[in-house]
Amino acid sequence: MFHDRYQLAFKLYPYARSADQDADAPVRHPVVVMGGGPIGVATALDLGLQGIPVVLLDDHEGIGQGSRAICFAKRTLEISARYGCAAPMLDKGVVWNLGKVFHDDRKVFEFNLLPEDGHRFPAFINLQQPYFEKFLVERVREAQAQGAPIELRGRNRVTNAQVHDDHVALDIETPDGPYSIEADWLIGCDGASSPLRGMMGLDFEGRVFQDSFLIADIRMDGDFPTERWFWFEPHFKSGASTLLHKQPDGIWRVDFQIGWDIDRKEELKEENIRRRLDAMLGEGVEYELVWTSIYTFQCRRMKKFRHGRVIFAGDSAHQVSPFGARGANSGMQDVDNLGWKLGLVIAGKAPEALLDSYDAERAHGADENIRNSTRATDFITPKTKMSHVFRNAVLGLAEDYEFARPLVNSGRLSVPCTYDGLPLNGPDALPGGPPRTRPGSACPDAPIAGGYLLDWLGGDFVLLTLNAEAPETLEEAGIGMRRVALTGAEDAAGLLAERYLGDAPSAVYLIRPDQHVAARWDRFDETAVRAALHTACTLETA
Amino acid sequence: MSALVTTPNIPDPDGFYADLIAAQDHMTDDEASAFAARLVLILSNHIGDREVLAQAIHAAAQHVRGG
Repeated sequence: MFHDRYQLAFKLYPYARSADQDADAPVRHPVVVMGGGPIGVATALDLGLQGIPVVLLDDHEGIGQGSRAICFAKRTLEISARYGCAAPMLDKGVVWNLGKVFHDDRKVFEFNLLPEDGHRFPAFINLQQPYFEKFLVERVREAQAQGAPIELRGRNRVTNAQVHDDHVALDIETPDGPYSIEADWLIGCDGASSPLRGMMGLDFEGRVFQDSFLIADIRMDGDFPTERWFWFEPHFKSGASTLLHKQPDGIWRVDFQIGWDIDRKEELKEENIRRRLDAMLGEGVEYELVWTSIYTFQCRRMKKFRHGRVIFAGDSAHQVSPFGARGANSGMQDVDNLGWKLGLVIAGKAPEALLDSYDAERAHGADENIRNSTRATDFITPKTKMSHVFRNAVLGLAEDYEFARPLVNSGRLSVPCTYDGLPLNGPDALPGGPPRTRPGSACPDAPIAGGYLLDWLGGDFVLLTLNAEAPETLEEAGIGMRRVALTGAEDAAGLLAERYLGDAPSAVYLIRPDQHVAARWDRFDETAVRAALHTACTLETA
Repeated sequence: MSALVTTPNIPDPDGFYADLIAAQDHMTDDEASAFAARLVLILSNHIGDREVLAQAIHAAAQHVRGG
């Protein structure tokens, strides 16, 4: 029997009988993705755009209701741009830069994200998760029409996964009854409570935070500006902390911290939610309740994200508190990291060991995200009397002393992590090169003649030359490298030089298909470049 | 590596100590806690050296908890 666990915002992949259901023996697929959330659909898109056949299974027929993740970071937009679906996200999303922090009835200070000039995308957009997912699925449909081998199968619930050395056997329940398929590779994108993780009996350990948060999305014509407002111990007493954030469609996200021992049913009654909102907004403000939910959270991750032929990505692999917008944003970085590696392994151009670097790099990212979100949570919800005293001392001092403001932590907003010291990095042989573009870094964008740098990077290995010579193409062990040649002539604003040359007169960067720096030098050295490609793909040394 | 100074370094120690106590003369315990936390934060920022601060935190914690 099929029962929906949630209501749909958009029905985008209605159940349709597949030929696999009538096959005599289970059909084998190169890649099966389990879970049709943003991370699963992005994974299917990444692989499908590479021409790798991929089947995505989801137990619903579309996108669930509720705004959920609402803050999408620049790096996520850059990754989405590589997949060809950033434009509608940017069109629909709300751009904000100003944040205000309040304690009780006083404004402690305000901050401006001060987005750096010369990037195609803003630091953040606010966008309801269902829209984000819808734009991804619409891009899948467009890619399918252009021949990308992607299949989305709605109402296909995986009931059993049998993991073998070289494949995974899956039993699937549908409205027409069960069937089975096999996958060379199975990607688990089935969310924080991952049924796949459960079927495989895998660990998911970490820290539980004993606090509940009440979300109310409201539609109103109030004259609040497009800013992020965060209250510690607000005077209106609607929660121990409160967050107000703008979304598209005239909707505001209000997030109240309401404590651990609560009666969920009671708290979710409309009159009780309205009591909190009225205290905050003042009498006489008209608004409509659009969506409400109570959540609690944990900070935890799997010990290993790769288990043979099964790879976990997104919330199924790691979970963080919402402070800092590090959930969906980090999941998109997982996809970005995994896509090209799996592509090379499936093409037989790189050994399976390359996939262990996915585990090393994204576990490093998950640890960074968990550390940041745990620190924010500890600041927002002090656990002892004295940590509360210190927290309020920081807030009190921040009103009058600039030095205390960087200590105020209402969430450190998501930025891509740098894979410092990890095995795929090659040499950093660019004396005077800027630290921000050292090997392991995600390439920062920069304006160049006719567009932006990142438009030219990604999808394959690139040799970025700045005032340096190099062959137009180079091939090593069947893996191509494409030169992108730039000089001062294309860099009117000087930002390319600032971000990639620093004090160096010339530079050659080897850039991975996920737009991360693999290695850099002051000039082209063919032997060194070939060696760095070997390192970046974990190829056996010749 | 910068080292935490643990030898006498405050001129007029009696005067300093009197100032420290006098500041809390009419404070409640809650106010005194708030005062102490602010003082720690203000001084920490002045020191501004993570190594020295780490040594100071360690020294204070070890002294309270034993070790």
